[in-house]
Amino acid sequence: MTTKRVTGSEALILSLLEEGVDTIFGYPGGAIMPVYDALYDYDKRVNHILTRHEQGAIHGAQGYARVTGKAGVCFATSGPGATNLMTGIADAMIDSTPLVCITGQVASPLLGTDAFQESDILGMSIPVTKWNYQVTSPDEIPQAIAQAFYIANTGRPGPVLIDLTKDAQFGELDFEYKKCTKIRSYVPETPVDPHAVKEAVDLIDAAKKPLILFGHGIIIGRAEQELKEFIEKTGIPAAWTIMGLSALPTDHPLNVGMLGMHGNYGPNVLTNEADLIIAVGMRFDDRVTGKVSEYAKKAKIIHIEIDPAEINKIIKVNVKVLGDSKKALKMLTYNAKENKHEDWLNEFKKCAEIEQEKVINRDLHPVKPGLTMGEVIRLASEKSNHDAILVTDVGQHQMIAQRYFKFKHSRSNVTSGGLGTMGFCLPASMGAQIGAPDRKVIAVIGDGGFQMTIQELGTIAQNKLPVKIILLNNNFLGMVRQWQQLFFEKRYSFTELQNPDFIMIGKGFGIDGHKVDKREDLESSVQKMMDHDGPYLLEVVIEKEDNVFPMVPTGASVSDVILEP
Amino acid sequence: MKKEFIITVYSENHIGLLTRITIVFTRRKINIESLTVSESAIKGIYKFTIVIKETEAQTQKVVNQLEKLIDVLKAFYHTNEEMIYQEIALYKVPIEPIYESDAIEKIVRKAGARILEITKDYVVIERTGHKEETQALFEELNKFHVMQFIRSGRVAITRDPIERLSEFLKERDAFLDSLD
Ligand SMILES: Cc1ncc(C[n+]2csc(CCOP(=O)(O)OP(=O)(O)O)c2C)c(N)n1
Ligand SMILES: [Mg+2]
Repeated sequence: MTTKRVTGSEALILSLLEEGVDTIFGYPGGAIMPVYDALYDYDKRVNHILTRHEQGAIHGAQGYARVTGKAGVCFATSGPGATNLMTGIADAMIDSTPLVCITGQVASPLLGTDAFQESDILGMSIPVTKWNYQVTSPDEIPQAIAQAFYIANTGRPGPVLIDLTKDAQFGELDFEYKKCTKIRSYVPETPVDPHAVKEAVDLIDAAKKPLILFGHGIIIGRAEQELKEFIEKTGIPAAWTIMGLSALPTDHPLNVGMLGMHGNYGPNVLTNEADLIIAVGMRFDDRVTGKVSEYAKKAKIIHIEIDPAEINKIIKVNVKVLGDSKKALKMLTYNAKENKHEDWLNEFKKCAEIEQEKVINRDLHPVKPGLTMGEVIRLASEKSNHDAILVTDVGQHQMIAQRYFKFKHSRSNVTSGGLGTMGFCLPASMGAQIGAPDRKVIAVIGDGGFQMTIQELGTIAQNKLPVKIILLNNNFLGMVRQWQQLFFEKRYSFTELQNPDFIMIGKGFGIDGHKVDKREDLESSVQKMMDHDGPYLLEVVIEKEDNVFPMVPTGASVSDVILEP
Repeated sequence: MKKEFIITVYSENHIGLLTRITIVFTRRKINIESLTVSESAIKGIYKFTIVIKETEAQTQKVVNQLEKLIDVLKAFYHTNEEMIYQEIALYKVPIEPIYESDAIEKIVRKAGARILEITKDYVVIERTGHKEETQALFEELNKFHVMQFIRSGRVAITRDPIERLSEFLKERDAFLDSLD
């Protein structure tokens, strides 16, 4: 192998190139300046996106990772730069998103002295990283980066942070790169046990009312086709968590919809009627299970999962199938009998009809004067041929978008699931657009969350990213207001906003847009946005006090889902 | 029902790992009753012995979370009955009572303790045993006003005939090779 004498900073860039990195989201500062200086010579080979805030950089990297399946990369300086990454790291950890975060650090002799812009980012990020490591000597760089990518991408993915002291960036080494393929103390996945598969198949073949619950593990494991083959052979209906959304086309006859707090009526109620639950790549989050002690009591549970720590964590399982979702589903499909569950599917249809009448018609085809979020989402989905990448923020608009946007392709739904991070959408949408330049990216944001990372309009404009931004403006922190209305006697404590002229702000950043508040103008407005060349901001004025239904109130059982106020 | 469990963690030697391990407990509001860390019989591999009072179900979950840590090779948990364990205690006692009677000498003999050092001001006594035993000796000696008392964390060894770690490492290496 040939070696080359380079600085630590250059070694970092070369290592990233070895790992196939084409995009870096970042923000410079004192402690990472040598790295930025090295980057200057490589601007033809790697695309650096200068965001307007480090939170923008990390959510950008997350958006990129979610649509590509490759680790997202971000750079930040020490101290405040590094701490600004923290929310995104926590978000990536809980949503199993692969990231490699590189932070600058003060020179190693200054560590622990409260030097200018020194913060103990290693200590701070321990609880929210899959792994982290501080490099104080230049020759550690290639191996640290190789391990970082290996750990971030394999098994259950997650964020990794490498803290690089300034002297390690300046120092020299003989550069030589070797990809990491194993670490003695780390088993990314266990081979699927055929005995477990056999036990699972026995339960599957015998079940009368089986239900599949799938999550992010299908998308991460690239097991979309295997899931489809499994349900088509066994005739089992499949419901999704929001992290699993888009893994199975919306119009698939066995796709019975969304689980959880604002999910569909059928999958929630019928979870408690099922005699077998097959959970794949999901972790029984409390937003999905409702009251655990009353969850799926009539069912045996099979859990297919790559992370052994998830087994029996929330729900006691009858059969665990550890390992990769793609391999496990393939084995299940091969061994399970062909089957149909028409009566059982009919129960889902009946529930869907009830929900259609009580909730969906009102959301999607309202007759009252005020605009609903549902009709906007319906139009956005239609006008993009149900083929766009949807990126959402957090709140009512998120739940409505998850419920009504339709999907044909996987990796098309980017949302902050486990952490529920407001401010996620706008920067994540630019990462998604960079990761999928040929696809339409639609960002659906609330007026609250928009103002948390609104500065990234600058990044979108500077990089000419043609993101279509739909701002659903109800003039409220709507989701919190909904809870105040339902559970706190309508005491609207600090949830109403005085909002700026968003269109003028967009124009200030150089982004075209317009505002719409009438139903007769809505369709043409959405069309105009879609047809626009370049980024566009469409503000839609929404009825102020609409609520999201159905709803499983916190602490209630999933079968106690409420359809209307 | 909560009871004492001994958790044994084998790990690579990495800075920050102790924090990662303790966070698994503190995040779940589990108090660590005792913690001992040292290099194991195999060079470069460290062994943590952690004692908690918990339900078995929660202990199992904690062990799963510990094993999930990248630098952890393996984690086990055992009940006290399944392990042989010891703690070491040191007692500093004033010298006068020793001149005055053989009471302390009798206590030391009965407890199977030993004297480490004698000066003109004090003696230092050492006893190994379970917490109840070292505590009982403290109560006895404290009649003569113990000047200082310190008890170590627990060290423990399984009753299994085989050395688990070396077996485990062999299996792990073979497994990782099989993945290539
Ligand atoms: C960073 C952060 N802070 C607070 C919250 C709590 N929260 C959840 S939804 C919500 C309201 C969101 O308001 P808006 O963005 O206008 O969306 P809407 O619900 O009105 O659609 C709030 C404050 C959060 N999820 N994230
Ligand atoms: Mg709002």
